[in-house]
Amino acid sequence: MAVRPRRTLLAAVVATALAATAACGGGGADSASGGTTLIVKTFSQFGYDELYEEYEASHPGITIKEDNIGKLGDYLPKLQQWMAAGKGAGDVVALEEGILSQFMAKPDQFVNLLDHGAGELEPNFLEWKWKQASTPDGSKLVGLGTDVGAQGMCYRTDLFAKAGLPTDREAVGALWPTWDDYLATGRKFTAAGTGAKFFDTAGGVYQNILMQQGDHTYYDTSNKLVIDTNPGVRKAWDQTIALVDAGLSANIDQYSPQWNAGFKNGAFATIPCPSWMLGTIEKQSGPENKGKWDVARVPGNGAVRGGSFLAVPQQSTHQKEAAELAEFLTSAKGQTAAFKAKNNFPSSPRAIDDPAVRDFTNPYFNDAPVGKIFGDSVKALKPVYLGPDNNPIGDRVGNALTAVQQGKLSPDEAWAKAVDDAKRLVK
Amino acid sequence: MAVTDVRPRPVAPPPRAPIPPLRHGFLSLVDTRWSPYLFIAPFFVIFAIFGLFPLAYTGWVSLHEWDLGGAGAFIGLDNYTTLFGDPDFWNAVVNTLGMLVLATVPQLLLAMVLASLLNQKLRGLTLLRMGVVLPIVTSVAAVGIVFSQIFDRDAGMVNGILGLFDVAPIDWRADKWSSWTAIATMVNWRWTGYNALIYLAAMQSIPRELYEAATVDGASKVRQFRSITVPMIRPSIIFTVIVSTIAGMQLFTEPLIFGQGGYAISGGSLRQFQTLSMYMFEKAFRDFDYGYGSAVAWMIFLLITLLAVVNFLVTRRGN
Repeated sequence: MAVRPRRTLLAAVVATALAATAACGGGGADSASGGTTLIVKTFSQFGYDELYEEYEASHPGITIKEDNIGKLGDYLPKLQQWMAAGKGAGDVVALEEGILSQFMAKPDQFVNLLDHGAGELEPNFLEWKWKQASTPDGSKLVGLGTDVGAQGMCYRTDLFAKAGLPTDREAVGALWPTWDDYLATGRKFTAAGTGAKFFDTAGGVYQNILMQQGDHTYYDTSNKLVIDTNPGVRKAWDQTIALVDAGLSANIDQYSPQWNAGFKNGAFATIPCPSWMLGTIEKQSGPENKGKWDVARVPGNGAVRGGSFLAVPQQSTHQKEAAELAEFLTSAKGQTAAFKAKNNFPSSPRAIDDPAVRDFTNPYFNDAPVGKIFGDSVKALKPVYLGPDNNPIGDRVGNALTAVQQGKLSPDEAWAKAVDDAKRLVK
Repeated sequence: MAVTDVRPRPVAPPPRAPIPPLRHGFLSLVDTRWSPYLFIAPFFVIFAIFGLFPLAYTGWVSLHEWDLGGAGAFIGLDNYTTLFGDPDFWNAVVNTLGMLVLATVPQLLLAMVLASLLNQKLRGLTLLRMGVVLPIVTSVAAVGIVFSQIFDRDAGMVNGILGLFDVAPIDWRADKWSSWTAIATMVNWRWTGYNALIYLAAMQSIPRELYEAATVDGASKVRQFRSITVPMIRPSIIFTVIVSTIAGMQLFTEPLIFGQGGYAISGGSLRQFQTLSMYMFEKAFRDFDYGYGSAVAWMIFLLITLLAVVNFLVTRRGN
């Protein structure tokens, strides 16, 4: 007798649990009307709203829903959960380049876009951007490029004037064809005693120099860790240390409250700025500093930091439709629209040459022709391969540089630590 | 067993004389025997779903190579073996314990002093008693942000005050001692009043006669405090020590906000103030080594258990 009620209870509990799971797990990809709903997962700002409307108008029966998470840092753990659970990732996901390189080790979680006719789109993308998302043998394409973090060097005209340096962006760009010239300019600036430092922190400058050092950084193209044998990494490190030793760094962590305040009160005169950073600089400096910031060319030959891709997860139930949507959003036309909406700099050569991009000037930055400056920077760049743990290793090298700036480690000790940390991380 | 106490004699079945219809008998049997379990079931079901299952599942994950791509190979205790040889893990253990001591010992001592002061006859007593618990209502994040500014290198108030005495500005995030001090200050500021209130409640239940007798015997106030107050509130002390220890082992928000910047989760350039829970989060959600992060989580659980037992034994021995 005792058994039966227990069974009943158990059955009831299981039934409830199943019902609950079913209720949250459904995901409801198909709307009641029989049409197809495509779910796009993004972080930050992709500027696609108008493109969605256009696509829905030209593709009857398709409804697009965007799930946006503001910060990349909040988006990543979620993305990880969706991919691990095999559900929740929707039909199209945005992947930042660092995270893409981690996924490239396991490309099977994503639909091979070459199976959906993406192959013929190759000329539409910068060569290296295309390569970043395809497997080494070129048989599989995980994502299509959206934007690139094209580099410029942002500087404060008021502080430059105070230090007796030129303020015109052409003349400023001519001050630093190389990073050694940038260092020399920094010394001059410091000697003038404006009270401001020359740049914000070693980490940002280092990242910029590193991306100019040839075709790979911490990993070679066979995913072997080469942080200690790649001369490019060491060169970027040494160059950065020279800048720190000259006392040019304000040693303010990027994205900290002090950094935000630093824009407002002019704590540093220059900062290497990827295109997507302009929005941050404008927001943090505030309207009272309008026209004080300007953008010049970056020392060395071009560089990018950041940039994203769109991919279709294998778990999507509408892979064909999703792939078509991703192809539409990353077309030259789509990229130009996204640039106009949110300043995300295109990775399509055709979009880069589009007058709407090419002739774009940014009123906040003294009407700087950012379309042209960033376009030149992107085109000059050679492709850089990022390995699977590129981001975590970058974090550790950045910390080592901070320790040098804090005077806690000598440059040699810090280098040894960075290499050791990277090796332990990769195991 | 409490069930039988509450409901007079339903379990011991009455003599079987009047046999009711079968159906009725079955239902009432179910009712008397099983419904008590049903009534207490919600707690256990919810605990199983949100407590026990995650605990077990985390253990399961920790036995795997588990990264962004989902479950990989079963690797047994490999994650734990690596963990024991991982200097960053031990650094986090030292940091956590260090801040635990810095944030608990002064806090509880101060709380006891505060409580005994509030136990006196004072003007505006209610106001003072409310005042000491005020910090608890502020959010942890707000405390973190405000104190991070107070302990800022360039424009912080503490450095400003030190500057008045010609002390060079301190980079609070650069050293272990300075960052620990800053973080322990946040914790102490927020929780001292709470503990003081618990001690105060315990002190008020001590019979006045004991103090009167002690006064007659010529015991000083300090002696009375040591020989009467402290032993009488021992259960409260044990409670606060254990609760503070658990909270200290889980310290996360304060050091994270203090850290700042894009890689704040590392707790300083050389992991000066990275706690165990920060290390767990970093491994699982920053490096995407989910299996390793789960192993760290389990070690936190074991360490808390160990510390709770030690606490319990130490505080009990005094009895």
